[in-house]
Amino acid sequence: MIELPSPNPAVLARRAEIVEALRKLVPDTPLGHGVIGDEIRLKAYETDGLSAYRQPPLAVVLPTGTAQVAAVLRYCHENGIRVVPRGAGTSLSGGALPLADAVVIGLMRMNRILEIDTDNRLAVVEAGVTNIGITQAVAEEGFFYAPDPSSQLACMIGGNVMMNSGGAHCLKYGVTANNLLGVTFVTIEGEVIEIGGGHLDAAGYDWLGLITGSEGQLGLVTEVTVRILRAAEGARAMLAAFRSNEVAGQAVDAIIGSGIIPVALEFMDRPAIHACEAFAHAGYPLDAEAMLIIEVEGNAEEQDALLGKLREICARFDPISLRVAETAEESLAIWKGRKGAFGAVGRISPDYLCMDGTIPTGELPHVLRRIGEMSDSYGLQVANIFHAGDGNLHPLIMFDANDPESFRKAEAFGADILKLCVEVGGCLTGEHGVGVEKRDLMGVQFTREELDRQRAIKSAFDPAWLLNPAKVFPLDGLPAAARAAA
Amino acid sequence: MTDLLVPPDENSLAEAVRAAAAAREPLAIEGHGTRRASLRPVQAARTLSTRGLSGITLYRPAEMVLSARAGTPMPEIAAALAEHRQMLPAEPPDFSALFGAALPPTLGGMVAANLSGPRRIGPGGALRDQVLGVRAVTGDGAVIRSGGRVHKNVTGLDLCKLLAGSHGTLGVLTEITLKLAPRPEDSLSLAVRVADLAAGVRALSAGLGSPFGVSGAALLPGGAPELGLDGPAALLRLEDFSPFLPHRAGALRGILAAHGAVSMVEGEASLVLWRAVRDAAPLEAAADQAVWRLSVRPTAAPAVARALEEAFGARLLLDWGGGLVWAAGPALEAAHRAVMAAARAARGTFTLFRAPDSLRAAVPVVPEEPAALAAIGVRVKAAMDPLGILNPGRLRA
Repeated sequence: MIELPSPNPAVLARRAEIVEALRKLVPDTPLGHGVIGDEIRLKAYETDGLSAYRQPPLAVVLPTGTAQVAAVLRYCHENGIRVVPRGAGTSLSGGALPLADAVVIGLMRMNRILEIDTDNRLAVVEAGVTNIGITQAVAEEGFFYAPDPSSQLACMIGGNVMMNSGGAHCLKYGVTANNLLGVTFVTIEGEVIEIGGGHLDAAGYDWLGLITGSEGQLGLVTEVTVRILRAAEGARAMLAAFRSNEVAGQAVDAIIGSGIIPVALEFMDRPAIHACEAFAHAGYPLDAEAMLIIEVEGNAEEQDALLGKLREICARFDPISLRVAETAEESLAIWKGRKGAFGAVGRISPDYLCMDGTIPTGELPHVLRRIGEMSDSYGLQVANIFHAGDGNLHPLIMFDANDPESFRKAEAFGADILKLCVEVGGCLTGEHGVGVEKRDLMGVQFTREELDRQRAIKSAFDPAWLLNPAKVFPLDGLPAAARAAA
Repeated sequence: MTDLLVPPDENSLAEAVRAAAAAREPLAIEGHGTRRASLRPVQAARTLSTRGLSGITLYRPAEMVLSARAGTPMPEIAAALAEHRQMLPAEPPDFSALFGAALPPTLGGMVAANLSGPRRIGPGGALRDQVLGVRAVTGDGAVIRSGGRVHKNVTGLDLCKLLAGSHGTLGVLTEITLKLAPRPEDSLSLAVRVADLAAGVRALSAGLGSPFGVSGAALLPGGAPELGLDGPAALLRLEDFSPFLPHRAGALRGILAAHGAVSMVEGEASLVLWRAVRDAAPLEAAADQAVWRLSVRPTAAPAVARALEEAFGARLLLDWGGGLVWAAGPALEAAHRAVMAAARAARGTFTLFRAPDSLRAAVPVVPEEPAALAAIGVRVKAAMDPLGILNPGRLRA
């Protein structure tokens, strides 16, 4: 289990007074309470997508605009109260896990689309708009917002900015950082700063780039200017099944080497294929050791040409089967299993941990072999799903949360996988973030000097370390201010 | 010219920085010094160059990843990538002609300034978007890494993005790992004769709002006489596999026809045209003129252009769908004030990109930041360069 700091008894003792003060800053609305302070309702905020960890916060505030967020931050800063920002609470790394003495600032009431500007290909939205909500708002004009994390129906753009979220289609269109133009940023002191805007690139320091993926360590984001793109004329998928992970890995190399950048290039290993097939009946080949889903875009002729080339490439690697979708419906069928992967694994195992390392793509066969060996020695099953084009690996480790020993082993197994990712030249997290989950592994990837430098930058924004504490940075080696806050 | 330090490797570079820090001696930081006449002049007795740190250290075409030391000349990287039909997606410009520099730019210099060419308009099109990892020496001489060599990485704070575009004021880049892309098999351009810049930006917006994958969208106020375009011309580039281009060009032409007469530029002529746009050659800035870069919402660009023409008869070139406004004019404070005012009115940003020392020392070369952000900036600078010895005053006084 990951250690969380003990709450500040002085703050806990002032709870009633703090809730009262927050109510003045964030009044109730017709939608509901502005501040949640009672224990039963606080339970709803005790965890996020990393549900093994639970801790109700001191209070939850649900502001309706930037001014209220600034007022709450100013109050918390003046009173030395910790703050945990929260979007939809879908973080898989515990990025929104509360602390007993922290105020959670939830963004869900800030869900207005403020501007759509197709001439300049941008939209300005509040931080609580869902990822899919942006695409829905611009779809009629033929546009879309590109990053598509699996949680896109629920997750909010403010959370996407904080975690620099990716998705299955970022091979072609990039991750959140590559699709932003500006943010309204609120500092812990409650200062509201416009960073970027409708234009490309900053003339001074790239604050937008630093804030993106900062996991709530530097400040809060209340409004976001995103780039929107004109959707391609169409898209179609194919499926290729191979006799071994090695051969499938070689096929991935050959595809990338051919000059084709598919919009998605997904890899599933045997356990993942079986779990998804049992769940979705997508017609996946059960005799395969590895399977690729490859999607291309363009008009019908371009899709035919690209899929033809891809079929030729895959055919060189002795595939068990190749299935090219002829229609949009057949594409959906190919994707059906993959998109339901998390649900599918959930059906065969009571609980699972979804890991998120990245490796150099050439290391895939080696890494999968090592994960297989670890699976045997821990006695826990694992299914691997891999964004093969960009090296982002998602092993799903199955365990039983009712058995503490099983959970302990699953966490240790996950840590070993991430250490392996770093060992082969990769990193701890490709798109889920460090959060609490990978906090104590940061020393595997970074030297003390490197971590100190990151902590010094955090201190430059948040000198008292009140913002989303106990996340990202290991608890040992914290600066004095952070230790005092703990 | 100041004393020039050219350490041969990262260790000696770190040592040189530590020695300068111990002596509290500021250092000007550069690669080949191509853009020495950009931003503010640095007051330092000695210049530290990364040109001694040269060479590609890792190239994995199948993983679309390349690492090179900071002092590697850009043409060396381009040549290595060309062998595998790959490229840097940001299409980094070569401003050595614009600055009258003898040597080509280095990778470190390009990344430190985050300079991108016409392909910037695509998602992830900025050079900083393609920086997967860096090694750098901080102002107190520590060697740090950020990022790595994999395409997706959200581990810890993204110091790659902080360092890219920091102009050597937060750390000296020593090695950079970049994301690559396949080089398109073929490309062509459509040129639209437009009545004025506003009509030109509308044509570019129409093209960029189409599903045909426009990868370059520029506006030449004086056209391209060598191609028979004598008035304002909007240029749109298509790139992909050869067989896809005729259909897309036809479909795009259909969209653009409403904005003016459309002609096609193919083959080498199209490549030459975009290299020129990339390097701001059509601006034809005279040697004694100042050059500014403004970045605004594309639809705000025509008003910016008009304001600068009226204020000082600016020569102009627009790229990035109109959003990047290049302007050349007299190196006078009055002209600079007009640029600042136009950028502010358009809610965009500006850089005094090239000017004599006297003007660069006298004016803000980039916009002032709001007080709260400026205070954070001072603390971030102190975190990376505690003694303030790296490129002092390069961005702000």
